[in-house]
Amino acid sequence: MAKQGVVPDALTQPFWDAANEGRLVIQHCHACNRLQYPPSPTCQQCGSKDHLAWQEMSGRGTIYNYGVVYDCPVRLLQQDQPFNVAVIMLDEDPGIQMYSHLPGTPVDMVPVGARVEVIFEATANGQKVPEWRVVG
Amino acid sequence: MTPQHPPASMYRTTEGLGLWEHRGKVAAVGVGHSPTARRWDGTPETCVGAWSILALRRAIADAGVSPDQIDGLVLDPVTTTGAYWVEGAPVPMDVVNAFHPTSDPLDGIAKLSAEWILQNMPELTNIQFVMYGPRCMSHAIVVAAQAVGAGHTHTCLVLKSWHNFEGRYYQGGANAQDTIDGTSAISRLWGTPASYGTALQFAEYCRKYGKTHDMMAPFITNSRHNGLLFPEGYWAQHRPEHLTTEDYLAARWIAKPANLFDNDIPIMVSAAYLFTTPERAKDMQQKPVYILNHASSRAAPRSLTPTLEEVEAETAKTGRKLYEGAGITAAALSFENMYDGFTLFHQFHLEGLGYRGIKRGEALDFYQTDISIAGPNPVSSSGGNIGSGRSRFWMHTDCIQQLQGRAGARQVTGVTPEIAVSGGPMPLGGNFTVWSATPD
Repeated sequence: MAKQGVVPDALTQPFWDAANEGRLVIQHCHACNRLQYPPSPTCQQCGSKDHLAWQEMSGRGTIYNYGVVYDCPVRLLQQDQPFNVAVIMLDEDPGIQMYSHLPGTPVDMVPVGARVEVIFEATANGQKVPEWRVVG
Repeated sequence: MTPQHPPASMYRTTEGLGLWEHRGKVAAVGVGHSPTARRWDGTPETCVGAWSILALRRAIADAGVSPDQIDGLVLDPVTTTGAYWVEGAPVPMDVVNAFHPTSDPLDGIAKLSAEWILQNMPELTNIQFVMYGPRCMSHAIVVAAQAVGAGHTHTCLVLKSWHNFEGRYYQGGANAQDTIDGTSAISRLWGTPASYGTALQFAEYCRKYGKTHDMMAPFITNSRHNGLLFPEGYWAQHRPEHLTTEDYLAARWIAKPANLFDNDIPIMVSAAYLFTTPERAKDMQQKPVYILNHASSRAAPRSLTPTLEEVEAETAKTGRKLYEGAGITAAALSFENMYDGFTLFHQFHLEGLGYRGIKRGEALDFYQTDISIAGPNPVSSSGGNIGSGRSRFWMHTDCIQQLQGRAGARQVTGVTPEIAVSGGPMPLGGNFTVWSATPD
């Protein structure tokens, strides 16, 4: 699927740079020992901005939930309707969710609870983005 | 007068606050609505500013006060339904110059400042208090109730207005571009429609409790039925079409399991209420409806979208806060008007309130019973956004009108209207009000 090209900004640059290197990184607050995603300038728990760092993840997780998009607001994706959008829970912390189109999984045939692993796909401008595929 | 933004101290966001200090000391009296339209037709008479003035004047007339008695105004300056003025598109100066404009030519067309209202309603000569209540009427009500209770204003107009332009919902702006900024991409790159998050919660709800999407049908048809009895609403005014179970089940998906009729239709409309003190209400034209409490949810999801677990915890908390501050239990509710845009979260509100003793996982079964305005367990007597279009205020208007005994053909008949609850929008992040026909 031809996702919009991503233009990294100051907050998210490390996340997107890591994706281009084939690594999944998530913000981590050392003070709280807590992951957070989406990224934020401050820790959403303690408010600190000095204890945040990017931590590499294993790239493994589980499908928590999904919906099927039939009426997409994003122009570039409309030609691919309908498509899955699954919610992935990371092994490191099931409270952290990531979205996925689950490439290779038929529409509305999403195995909730199945194991997944991260892959990296190029978007319209070449920037890579974490995606997920079912394993096992 | 420079509008203030409400301080955090105006909201009741936590449990353990006890009875609301202004319980029964704030009353809604006047109600005014503009007409509705699917989209703006480009004329000065129907722009969001004009319809706001119309709604305000109708609320003033309905209450039977003279404009110089009014000393407060609470409104939301953001009026978009998801439609934005196209960048670089020419501004219709005939519309701008039909009014007393502010420095922003789109004021009154694609937004609404307090300054614009006051410049164009010269009869409001005594305004001493102006505050913004952002996002929706539920928020403005809470701010106005607290302001009247605290004595910042004694006769206060509460306004919420919506504009809608040509084009499909949320399909302009960044969504139409070839690129997206890195922060927005984290959540928006996958192209999810607005109802996607709620659809996820509903899917999880169905899996957890063994329910199915078709069990929503009685709620949907009941909502449209009630909406068609709401003469101020969009469907009643423009498309008086009943909705059947078959219509609902055959509707196209938007974000499965949310279909077309699980989504509310964006419209243009304005509504205004007049709030005052019980003492002043005695001299007004309509029966006062008293506010027993208000409560707000400021919870945020841990990650991209709220989980069912987070939704259930927060709606239960909202229910407890509402009852605690109002000094009532669920048994006191005559009817309910919790938010419904999107339909698939209405049951979370009901179960959080414990309306009619409903427990977790039971609301869809409850929908299969008599939930009509003629029965003993009215659900969404207003018909909500599903019944009358996306305004986020039909539920409040209905509570006021029902408790005043002037809801017309929509008047509940299976219960005596004494106490009701309304509010929203989202289970995580909303503002809620308990209304009563009596102050205690």
